[in-house]
Amino acid sequence: MRIIITSFAFFVVGLLSAQQVEKPVNGSFLLDNATLVTVTNGTMTGDLLIQDGRIAEIEESISPDPETTVIDCQGKFVYPGFIDGNTHLGLGEIGAVSLTQDYNELGSFIPHMQALTAVNPSSVNIPVTRVEGVTTALAVPTGGRFPGTAALINLHGYTPEQMSAGFKAVIMNFPSSGKRGRWDRRSEEDIKKDAEKATKEIDDIWEKAKLYHTIDSTSQAQGKKRIDYNPQMDALMPVFRGEASLIINVNKKNDILNAIKWVETNKIKAIFMSVAEGWRVADEIAKAGIPCIVGPIMRYPSRDSDRYDAPYKNPGILSKAGVKVCIGTNETENVRNLPYNAGFAATYGMGTEEALKAVTINAAEIFGLGKELGSLEKGKIANLFVSDGDPFETKTNILQLFINGWNIPLESRHTLLYNEFLKRDPGLSK
Amino acid sequence: MRTKNIITNIKAIYTMLLCCIAFLGQAQIEKASVLIKNGTVITITDGDKENTDVLIRDGKIQSIGKGLKAPNGAKVIDADGMFVMPGIIDAHSHIGIDAVNEATNVISPEVATGDAINPFAMTLYRALAGGVTISHAMHGSANAIGGQCETIKHRFGTMDPEEMKMEGAPRTIKFALGENPMRVHGEGRNIAPRTRMGIEQLFRSSFAEAQNYTQLWNEYNSGKTKTPPAYDLRLETLADIMAGEILIHCHSYRADEILMLMNVLEDYGVKNITFQHCNEGFKVAPELAAFGAHASVFSDWWAYKFEVYYSTAYNAAILMKNGVVTSINSDDRQLIRHLYHEAAKSQRYGDLSDNDALKLITINPAIQLGIEKRVGSIETGKDGDIVVFKNHPLSIYAVPQYTIVDGIVRFDINEQPDDMRIDIDPKEAMPSFYEDVHDHDKCLQDVQDFLLHKHSHQH
Repeated sequence: MRIIITSFAFFVVGLLSAQQVEKPVNGSFLLDNATLVTVTNGTMTGDLLIQDGRIAEIEESISPDPETTVIDCQGKFVYPGFIDGNTHLGLGEIGAVSLTQDYNELGSFIPHMQALTAVNPSSVNIPVTRVEGVTTALAVPTGGRFPGTAALINLHGYTPEQMSAGFKAVIMNFPSSGKRGRWDRRSEEDIKKDAEKATKEIDDIWEKAKLYHTIDSTSQAQGKKRIDYNPQMDALMPVFRGEASLIINVNKKNDILNAIKWVETNKIKAIFMSVAEGWRVADEIAKAGIPCIVGPIMRYPSRDSDRYDAPYKNPGILSKAGVKVCIGTNETENVRNLPYNAGFAATYGMGTEEALKAVTINAAEIFGLGKELGSLEKGKIANLFVSDGDPFETKTNILQLFINGWNIPLESRHTLLYNEFLKRDPGLSK
Repeated sequence: MRTKNIITNIKAIYTMLLCCIAFLGQAQIEKASVLIKNGTVITITDGDKENTDVLIRDGKIQSIGKGLKAPNGAKVIDADGMFVMPGIIDAHSHIGIDAVNEATNVISPEVATGDAINPFAMTLYRALAGGVTISHAMHGSANAIGGQCETIKHRFGTMDPEEMKMEGAPRTIKFALGENPMRVHGEGRNIAPRTRMGIEQLFRSSFAEAQNYTQLWNEYNSGKTKTPPAYDLRLETLADIMAGEILIHCHSYRADEILMLMNVLEDYGVKNITFQHCNEGFKVAPELAAFGAHASVFSDWWAYKFEVYYSTAYNAAILMKNGVVTSINSDDRQLIRHLYHEAAKSQRYGDLSDNDALKLITINPAIQLGIEKRVGSIETGKDGDIVVFKNHPLSIYAVPQYTIVDGIVRFDINEQPDDMRIDIDPKEAMPSFYEDVHDHDKCLQDVQDFLLHKHSHQH
């Protein structure tokens, strides 16, 4: 009898959990009769077939085989998944609880710290983000001068490796001559001294890198195995040799100009990040050909004298000057606001089409994944969503979500709490 | 209540004198007339009216209709194709004040943010650029019973702090529950409250003390006792709260602490309360509605501390649909610039109608601040506080064009220089550049240096 009850209990628990947690589904899906906003090839009405995790076909009409799940998309829109170029997603859970934050390791020169290692696939923030159409995000470490290596992740998977989207980059915080915040009580002179000291720190590192490169390439040429252990320099070498991109976090006008000089002197493949005062030196950035991860777009103006909308206009000004722009929210739990960051950029000069590119194909290309992500094209990874309107508008609803071809349930802590509490049962009782 | 004795008489005379001085010293609030022609008028309380004019005369809305004529000298705004809505009201903000937290005592109702108003704060101007005409300049959340707050009108351009105050607005006070007072006093200073149990007893003992104080005065005033009790501003303020003369705005997150305070208030017969932040308000929406408590919430902030980890962005929608008067606030100099967008998120998160979404930033915060007869909708007789939008205010493509306070155009998008300094010394360097993208104009401002070591989000 006891056995029966126990198994019955297990059965009930199994049922309940099955009800509570919907699982992503893999397979073959046909998005039928949709308005396909391809980003790279205009907007068309047609069918899109998802198979083996990729966009297998885009045609005016596709006949599905019996195995394929057909999703009627009449009057609906299909967009490539949005990509956020600057987040702590997966690396931070609760802001004020420091032991839940894994993005700021101790030390200044630690480019070997791997963000991907610390990405928590079970972070509650991940479903909250993806159900709003953001399928991919750069998980960025912060802190010292070289705080680690960022990783691009797709927002579905049970291990960091499954989530990896195949791009990593060392982060550098360029020496800043600005105040850190309202609480920064340093004098302008002290700030200047600190910036000079930091610049010297970088120059020293680069001198050492030069030496390390010589030793490393010599020993490689001679087929010798080095016995020293220098993970910092090993992490920096691809950047030093111009083989991999360095993401440089830089904001103030003069710092941006200095960073351009430094990048050109050292022949580095660079991506600028944050770039608050990019609008003041947009032509210089464009001339240097350095792409930018701009944002947050809704940041507070950096100087008291700035026009109220300077941050809103920043991406549009950069883009018009010829800079390749993507957007970074610099968020953890609210990366879901990426579409609205793009919407504000669109409204304040960038235009909807360019802003859409910023959060899709531009981001993919900046991260060297232009052939894999960022648009609806045959052969690309099936990261996409179906909506009932312009995804920058808050009124629009996301109706279907695919990441790596998996059909992801549109469920998160926020939707679950809504469903449970909209009509609470029991309601009021004394 | 104390008219039968000499001391009180002296006090009354003194007060009268003070009032006279204040009256003489009080600058006349600047008002003007403006005609806004041909817009889509979103009245909030009486539907939307297309191709309609709004005439503001001497700072008040005089008429709403078609083909209205501008009085002599009045400015005329052509709002053809635009949207005209009431000035946005932020029921929780800390802009325009130079001090936020008197964090040295768990109970500090004697202090008031109205004594720290800075009419020159650029934050005020940037709020105007986002269509916000009124904000509730609140004391912070370091103390369980914090300081009194001030409802300010964004009359940016005036130099007198007194002119920033919304004349006739009810008095309000800040209370705070949960982690902030626990951290500042319990963890930071090793004094109670360190727990939510401690916080409850603090409210009970404070109200009991104030009750006792009122009774002593009543006994004295009725001649029962011969010596007056010592005058105590802290207890006076608490007594005024209990008498319903001061509206409570309580920083709160968790459902249990919200229930706790409603129980305490019920025991002491206190009714007027707005729960601020109220992230778990959705869990106790039926109880809030039954009590008549209001909620002023974030559109989507959560997870910045443990007590907001079990949150939902659908909070505002759940509260509204359960009959709780709800507003969306900023608590932030950055967010206050686009409250119309924050309200719009209630359509993604809970499908609120356009009018309900806009109520969150107009008439509902007005109700919570006790100023709904003056502002919060476009009705004749109400204050001439208006914002004119290009595109619907709930669209991501909305851009505020004009923000009008008391009939005066305080923000006009066509007159914005790139460098917003008024007097520029040619030798003067650019104002400081601030790297920090996260805001610190928050509920725990001033406490950061005083007690806390971190610079993480501390709302």
